[in-house]
Amino acid sequence: MKKNLTALMAGLVFGLGLTVSQMVNPDKVLSFLDIFGSWDPSLAFVMGSALAVTAVGYFVAGKRETPLFAEKFEIPGKREIDAPLAIGAVLFGIGWGLVGLCPGPAISALSLGGFKVIGFFAAMAGGMAIFQFTKRYWAGES
Amino acid sequence: MDMFTPVSASIGGALIGLSAVMLMLLNGRIAGISGILSGIALAGSGDKIWRALFVLGLIIAPVLVWLVSGEKPVFQMDASWPVIVLGGLFVGFGTRLGSGCTSGHGVCGLSRLSKRSLVSVLLFMGAGMATVAILQLVLGG
Repeated sequence: MKKNLTALMAGLVFGLGLTVSQMVNPDKVLSFLDIFGSWDPSLAFVMGSALAVTAVGYFVAGKRETPLFAEKFEIPGKREIDAPLAIGAVLFGIGWGLVGLCPGPAISALSLGGFKVIGFFAAMAGGMAIFQFTKRYWAGES
Repeated sequence: MDMFTPVSASIGGALIGLSAVMLMLLNGRIAGISGILSGIALAGSGDKIWRALFVLGLIIAPVLVWLVSGEKPVFQMDASWPVIVLGGLFVGFGTRLGSGCTSGHGVCGLSRLSKRSLVSVLLFMGAGMATVAILQLVLGG
C-alpha cells in the first residue's frame, strides 16, 4: 500500500517536473538538440538540477541498509559496456531527435497532445514489444 | 528561437530529482521510465501495480498544472505521422535494447556514477543532436 502510494506520488512529482521544465513539449526538446541552429540550452538545466538533487538523495539513501517501504534496494548490477547498450542508445537518440519525445514526456503528454501522442506512444510500445519478441537475437542483453 | 528558461528548467529538474530520490529511498527502485513502463507487461504480478500507478501519476501531472495555472501547458509537435511512428519505434526498441532512457541512464545512472549510463547518455544525446542537424540540412531549415 505504502509502496503503491509512493509510486503514484513519485510519478506525479516526476510529471510535474517534466511539465514545469517544458520537457513535455517536443518543440522545446528539439530546440535543445538543435545545437547548430537556434540552440536553447534550457534542458541542460533540467538535467543538471535533476542530477544534483538525485546525487545527494542517493548518497543519503546509500547510508541505509534497506529502503523504507521495501526489502532491498534494486540497483542494476551490470558494468559491462557492450554493443546492445551502445546500439540501443544510438537508436533511441535517433527516435528522440526525429520527434522530440523520450519515454517520460511521451507518457505525460498523453494528457496534452491528442492523437499524435497516442500514436507515438503506441509505436513506442510496439518498439518495446518488437525488442521483447526478438530479444534472443541480441546477445548479451538481459 | 525558443525562449531560454533556466529558472523553470531548474525547478522542473529538481522535481524530477525529488521523484527519483523518493522512489529509491522509499521503494528501493530506479526511476527509469522505459523500464517501469515495459515492466507493466513483463514484471511479476506483485510488481505491476506500482508501475502502473507511477505511469498514472505521469499522465495526471500536466492536467494538474493545467488546472492550477489555468493555462494549458505548451505542447507543439510538428513531426508528420510517418516520422512519429518511426520515431516511436526507435525510442521503444532502442531504450529496451540499451536498458534505459533519459531518466534511468540520464538522471539515475549518472547520479550513481555508472559508466554504462555515461556511455548511453553521450550516445543518445549525440545521436539526437546529429539527427536534428541532419534533418535541418535535408529540410533546408
